[in-house]
Amino acid sequence: MSERKIRVLVAKPGLDGHDRGAKTVATVLRDHGMEVVYTGLHQTPEMIAEAAMQEDVDVVGLSILSGAHMELFPRVREELVKRGKGDVLLVGGGIIPYDDMEKLEQGGYARLFGPGTRTDDIAEYIKAEMGRRFAQEPA
Amino acid sequence: MRDGSAARYNARTVEGTSKSPQPSLSERFARGDKGALARAISWAENNDPRFPALFAELWPKVGRARRIGVTGPPGAGKSTLVNELARATRAQGRTVGILAVDPSSPFTGGALLGDRIRMEERTADSGVYIRSMASRKSHGGLSRAAVDACDAIDAFGIDDVVLETVGVGQAEYDVVSAADTVLVVLCPGAGDGIQAMKAGILEVADVLVVNKAELPGADRLVVDLSEAAHIRTAGRGRWTPPVVAASAGRGEGIEDVLAAIEAHRAHLGDAGLAAARREKRVAQVRRVFDERLSELLWDRGGWTGRARGLLDGGASTYDVVARLVAGMAAQLQEQASGATPGRGSTT
Amino acid sequence: MSRSEAGADPRQAWQQAYDKGEKRDVEFTTLSGAPLAPLYGPEDAPFDAERDLGLPGQYPYTRGVHPTMYRGRLWTMRQFAGFGSARQTNERFKYLLKHGQTGLSTAFDFPTLMGYDSDSPRAKGEVGQVGVAISSLRDMRALFDGIPMGEVSTSMTINGPAPIMLGFYIACGEAQGVSKAKLSGTIQNDILKEYQAQHAWLVPAEPALRMIVDVMDYCSREVPKFNTISISGYHIREAGSTAAQELAFTLANGMEYVRRGVERGLDVDAFAPRLSFFFDSHLDFFEEIAKFRAARRIWARHMKEKVGAKDPRSWMLRFHTQTAGVSLTAQQPENNIVRTAFEAMAAVLGGTQSLHTNSMDETLSLPTEKAVKIALRTQQIISEETEVAHVADPLGGSWYVEALTNRLEEEAGRYFAEIERRGGVVPATEQGWIQREIHRSAYAYQRALEQGRKKMVGVNCYNEEEGKVPAIELHRIDPSVEKEQVEGLRQLRAKRDAAKAKGALDDVRDAAKGSDNLLQRFVAAAHADCTIGEIADVLRECFGEYKEPRIL
Repeated sequence: MSERKIRVLVAKPGLDGHDRGAKTVATVLRDHGMEVVYTGLHQTPEMIAEAAMQEDVDVVGLSILSGAHMELFPRVREELVKRGKGDVLLVGGGIIPYDDMEKLEQGGYARLFGPGTRTDDIAEYIKAEMGRRFAQEPA
Repeated sequence: MRDGSAARYNARTVEGTSKSPQPSLSERFARGDKGALARAISWAENNDPRFPALFAELWPKVGRARRIGVTGPPGAGKSTLVNELARATRAQGRTVGILAVDPSSPFTGGALLGDRIRMEERTADSGVYIRSMASRKSHGGLSRAAVDACDAIDAFGIDDVVLETVGVGQAEYDVVSAADTVLVVLCPGAGDGIQAMKAGILEVADVLVVNKAELPGADRLVVDLSEAAHIRTAGRGRWTPPVVAASAGRGEGIEDVLAAIEAHRAHLGDAGLAAARREKRVAQVRRVFDERLSELLWDRGGWTGRARGLLDGGASTYDVVARLVAGMAAQLQEQASGATPGRGSTT
Repeated sequence: MSRSEAGADPRQAWQQAYDKGEKRDVEFTTLSGAPLAPLYGPEDAPFDAERDLGLPGQYPYTRGVHPTMYRGRLWTMRQFAGFGSARQTNERFKYLLKHGQTGLSTAFDFPTLMGYDSDSPRAKGEVGQVGVAISSLRDMRALFDGIPMGEVSTSMTINGPAPIMLGFYIACGEAQGVSKAKLSGTIQNDILKEYQAQHAWLVPAEPALRMIVDVMDYCSREVPKFNTISISGYHIREAGSTAAQELAFTLANGMEYVRRGVERGLDVDAFAPRLSFFFDSHLDFFEEIAKFRAARRIWARHMKEKVGAKDPRSWMLRFHTQTAGVSLTAQQPENNIVRTAFEAMAAVLGGTQSLHTNSMDETLSLPTEKAVKIALRTQQIISEETEVAHVADPLGGSWYVEALTNRLEEEAGRYFAEIERRGGVVPATEQGWIQREIHRSAYAYQRALEQGRKKMVGVNCYNEEEGKVPAIELHRIDPSVEKEQVEGLRQLRAKRDAAKAKGALDDVRDAAKGSDNLLQRFVAAAHADCTIGEIADVLRECFGEYKEPRIL
């Protein structure tokens, strides 16, 4: 009998130190029954992808308030792919203009949540998406 | 809410859409792919039906690593100590695997696993593997999964496995006791020595580390612990846990901790270590056995429903158990004489 | 007064009428979650006017630090600005000065704030993004090109490498021919709140505090008009703390800096007058005003009675205020102008010495010029049109405001005691306790918001159709800034006197390992064209890097 839990890595890439959102979301995801690995601040894309691989997470959540989102989301995805974790669900938020969000989503880099999103909505999205993926996996 | 773009995004990243032949997990594991090690541990954790077959392939390679358990109350500085131990053993050219266990919330089943934050410098080191594990619901299951994870790290060819748990309870001791040498980490103030002794730390400790030795009260704690350890073991031909003062945050005393670990291993000797490991393996067999038995008989036999029925019929707890055990024995005989249970067919 | 006479007691009569009356189904608490009575009277706000309030310009300064308050001089309208290259920020500075701004305030980009040069691999994608990139004296000179440094006061928001940046600033003044004694302004230089909330740090607490004392010491002798630390609650509040936590942690940090200075053997009255504060002004109008008043009272009493400072200027808590960034919404962004106006009004009624008003578009990107202008105009409307600035501490004596002021002072006192129990502010921070307290408050507020117990217009009430992208113009950073900076650094390194630069770095190393004043060495290193990254690397090499404790 499988006892699978959704495993999530929450990280702050780049140099910005605003971790209020990241810590709040990490705590909310825990309250939704997920196992949340929090890696803290000032992470490089390589460190994030390496941790995601070693922790075998299903989801990586990034919070970026530094304006470097167009640089960081693609680089994190690239590093994940390099480590065979291209199938990870990448989600993110922060201070990101709407049209940049569109670009990143359309480019397949990440699913983004804008300012003012209910954290419960983020958790529900992850649960629904991972539920779908777990169901599709070969037994 | 930008549904269109989200759907496009999802379509590109759905798992399992590629049909190209991929190397099996055990092939990737044998090639030294850390992602395969990570996945193997997930299988162990999830009680995945594919794990036993994979484990059979790993088994011949299990038993080479030195296993160190680290436990102690929250705030004692365990992660920092583990980080420093890893730094020191890496400097000796040894590879390190760290398994950090944190409690799951009993209410939501979720967990916050934050130990990596103190081991950030190690993330970039290819000779280090770090894995966070949530305690989930049962402590027996946790110990089983933790030992499986240690076995997997060991089979991967890593030299040192460090198993870290937070807490002072029986569940945590049960987990770390799977290690060859158990370090109990205390610090002045937060991990009050007397309280810790009441909780039975001396039973499990092979080495006592007084961390944050720069704080006031550290000397006193070292003396108290040494006396207690001595009184408990002196003249009985038993190992007396040495008390080592360290200041992991400043990188001080780490060599002393490593020396104490080596002293403990020397005390055990090869034969003693092998005997201790065999007993620990028996304990692990027992854990797996309990899980299998419970799964085979209780879960698959639908015994929850039967218990309900018997209780509704007025039977006492012990009456119910007696009837269930008799029924299980019959079911076991039936299974032994015929059909193999074939795990994994029902997930 | 027996109960049977209740009808004769107007207060009791009111209470009965209140109890019977219909009440809306909302939580009647402050924004920080503290319960509120429906009415405040003299019994709720015991105060001794002479002892607890004083008069404007008199101890304990509850009513303000100047006898004339805004009749003498209005608060300084100081809009934080900085983005892209030094040249671009220099243009924005000149624009703001032209529109009536009276002081400059510099925002730096994250690489600079963390002590990395623009060409560091860690800086990629972040150069000039949320502030200006300043890697060397050359950049600093471009930032102040055509701006007389002896005449404007400049605020610099930087902490970990603050002493290095101050070295650049002093060197830049010298290059313009302005003597150190004429430079005025403020450097944030508040490392403790970085560990606690904002997280742009360089080295661990002990060496960082040593450098801060070096700055206090050097400036008290050489740069007497410069505020050496801006002890900041802003980031603590923005990270999610309550008003009481903002007040308590900020003042506790301030008390620690003072203690360190005194321990070094400095005369408290030589450096304490140059400490200033920086608070958030959030949406709970009265709670914020009470916070500012309580802050002045607590600080004055501490400095006079506990520290024993003699100069009244050491007792006065002077502060800058910024309106609450976290109160702004991405939804219906024009509403942010209104929020900011209320917050700015609270800061003025609370007696602030300077004020930054946020721009409506800041939840989406750096502000546009138009948004910045409206934010500045908001302050001008308060000062010129509302007539509120004519009377000092206009809410003094209000039972409600005095009750809130007392309560915040008491709550802060409980936090001071707990910090003391934990061995002081540094251990309490290194244990992550302060960070966990802030996280708990942030989480509680987020839950209250999501459960609808607290409201945000456009977010959980009066929402407009989802998916409507606000039609406001955004300010974007030209990616060529990074290239320009990298090229500039290459040229700098090629052209400078390499031996002189190396020598200056060696001097920094010697001082770091010994006990000579580091700021003096930073000024020399700036003149030798050493970069911020090179100097910070020497400090990291000597002192190690700060490691964040586990909070979650």
